[in-house]
Amino acid sequence: MSKFKSIFSFLYNNEVRAFLFQLLTLLAIVYFFYAAVDNMFANIESRGIQTGFGFLEAESGFDIAEYLIDYSSTSSNLTVFYVGLINTIVVSVVGIVLASVIGLIIGIARLSNNWLIAKLAGGYIELFRNIPILLQILFWYNIALASFPHPKRSFEFFDSIFVNLRGIYMPKPIAEEGFVWIVIALIVGFVLKVLVKRHFNKKHDETGVETNTLAYSLALIIGLPAVVYLALGSPLHFDYPMLKGFNFKGGMSLSPEFLSLAFALSIYTATYIAEAIRSGIESVTKGQKEAAAAMGLTQKQSLKLVVLPQALRVAIPPIINQYLNLTKNSSLAAAIGYSELVSTFAGTVLNQVGQAVEIILMTMAVYLTISLVISLILNIVNHKMSIKGR
Amino acid sequence: MAIFEQQVTKQPPTSEVGMIHWLRENLFSSITNGFLTLTALYLIYLSVPPLADWMFFDATFAEVSNDQCGREGACWSYVFEKINLFTYGFYPTEEYWRPQLVLALAIVFVLIAKNLKKSVYKVKVIAGLIVSYPVIAFVLLYGGFGLEVVETHKWGGLMLTIVVAAVGIVASFPIGILLALGRQSEMKIIKFLSVVYIEFIRGVPLITILFMASVVLPLFFSAGMDVDKLLRALIGITMFQTAYIAEVIRGGLQAIPEGQYEAADAMGLSFFQKTTLIILPQALKISIPNIVGSFIALFKDTTLVLIIGLFDILSMVHLTTSDENWLGRETEGYVFVTMVMWVILYSMSRYSKKLEVRFSTEHKN
Repeated sequence: MSKFKSIFSFLYNNEVRAFLFQLLTLLAIVYFFYAAVDNMFANIESRGIQTGFGFLEAESGFDIAEYLIDYSSTSSNLTVFYVGLINTIVVSVVGIVLASVIGLIIGIARLSNNWLIAKLAGGYIELFRNIPILLQILFWYNIALASFPHPKRSFEFFDSIFVNLRGIYMPKPIAEEGFVWIVIALIVGFVLKVLVKRHFNKKHDETGVETNTLAYSLALIIGLPAVVYLALGSPLHFDYPMLKGFNFKGGMSLSPEFLSLAFALSIYTATYIAEAIRSGIESVTKGQKEAAAAMGLTQKQSLKLVVLPQALRVAIPPIINQYLNLTKNSSLAAAIGYSELVSTFAGTVLNQVGQAVEIILMTMAVYLTISLVISLILNIVNHKMSIKGR
Repeated sequence: MAIFEQQVTKQPPTSEVGMIHWLRENLFSSITNGFLTLTALYLIYLSVPPLADWMFFDATFAEVSNDQCGREGACWSYVFEKINLFTYGFYPTEEYWRPQLVLALAIVFVLIAKNLKKSVYKVKVIAGLIVSYPVIAFVLLYGGFGLEVVETHKWGGLMLTIVVAAVGIVASFPIGILLALGRQSEMKIIKFLSVVYIEFIRGVPLITILFMASVVLPLFFSAGMDVDKLLRALIGITMFQTAYIAEVIRGGLQAIPEGQYEAADAMGLSFFQKTTLIILPQALKISIPNIVGSFIALFKDTTLVLIIGLFDILSMVHLTTSDENWLGRETEGYVFVTMVMWVILYSMSRYSKKLEVRFSTEHKN
């Protein structure tokens, strides 16, 4: 017995155990993947599916309803990938902006001292966050299709905006020669605004005199481009949508798919953003506001200099997480057919080509990259906002 | 000498008590607030009466056909006629008692577990119930042992939604614990593998995982092995949920003070004893509210299985309105499913709030 023990006693060493355990786990996982990949190649061969990324060059052969870069059914599958990716980004950005605005309003309304407003905001949050997002997307899509009229009987606004079953049609701005100078003027205006702000901040630090920079900012950001615009003789005209046959031609349009997806995503995510903002503001203790008042700060100064900076530190990380969730949820467009990444590339292309492994991996890689970038931003923000020890 | 008399207590002025005071204080404390209140009231006036008309006053509740239902209000006759599809999918009518029994058993088991007296047997009985329930439920739902077999493609409706969510949470729980421990482990390779898995799954949308489970996964199995569609979806859901549960439990593990680990080591407990007797019981207890929260999220996410072609409650809307007798009743269908899901999700979120309060007071002192 004692001899047996001495031979195997090394097994009782924690480090040896850890090493062996990890080795076994690694072997098991490597074997698992080996077996899976082996089966996969056998299956792919027996089903006659191609492998590799050659399919990206091939002609896609189908039409896409919405695209922002050049696309036709003779374009390559790689172009489909880009079209889908751009549409994903577009709907996510629109959703994020809308969700932030709605969320901010609801979050503040929830803390309002007006009983009715606070209750309504609470009701909004409880209603929309407890309904699955996919159900909301389908619901709004169905409502849009059921309640919007036929193109010939469109709702009209100012003779230039038309709402019907096919979507919203709007005049499309077309830049003429010289428009680039207006963009440059806008950029110059922004840079100057920052410099002016910095100058007056410095003055405030040195002399204690505060200057209201709002007038300067407006003049630089809006005034300067406006002056350039007029000086160049309005180098911009609009292409108006016209009813031709059964549908509108010209202008730019937003499809019902895009509208219902963006709407559903933003009102759903807004409930989470509202809660984040509320908990952020509530996390600032009463003592902070009292101390600010005791220092002689006005209500506005106290809000701007004491309450908000602390509230945002709590609120911003969950809000950024919600932006990520919204981007991931935009993939549910597959259910209503808005042409974003999952529904075009992982949907239509996959059905035509059948190369599931490559396509799903590429799609996942896109979302992984987006979430890594967002968590990187989150880390930077957290680092910047963390309380600096002195 | 003045004579003091008991004065009659005066009523406070009406501006300080009662209805009017409340209205002033809460709705009309300033001009802005008054304006907001009136705007809100106007919005309520614009939206609530038409909605109520559509849902109740102009709605049809009688058993009539689609044409006899007005287009003014909702046609609930459609929902009444299709209620079995919404609840059980294509499950054979004469076998409805089986899912009903499964639900009843769940309630009975929970009641037994709750009312057991504290004794040595309590843990064993509860463990027995937890282990035996999934087996009994599966046999009842699927069949075998003398019961008629009901193929999984006949499962559907709310029943399927609940099955997917329940299997997702139960199966992901043990793996989630292992992953959470792995992520906290000092063993480099184990930690690396756990982190990669968790971050990968959390970085991609559930729908891509479901696509993977439905089209890529079959390629991984050796030829001739036909994996059930529902099972594939369940594998996908479990893979997804595992990562989230692992993160919730990691939160619990991180909340355990270092002293607990040191004390367990000082007592001479082995790693296994330390984990199961000291660390996990405390960590899991702290995590309970968040586990419920994660279950709520999973329940919402189960609706995604319709995209890979399973007939959950949400997909029943499309299916039942494709019936030519009930064309054009999508709105009623979506509103009905919304109400069902909302009631379930809202009660669960209230329950999780209650748990949060209960657990947070327990840890305060």
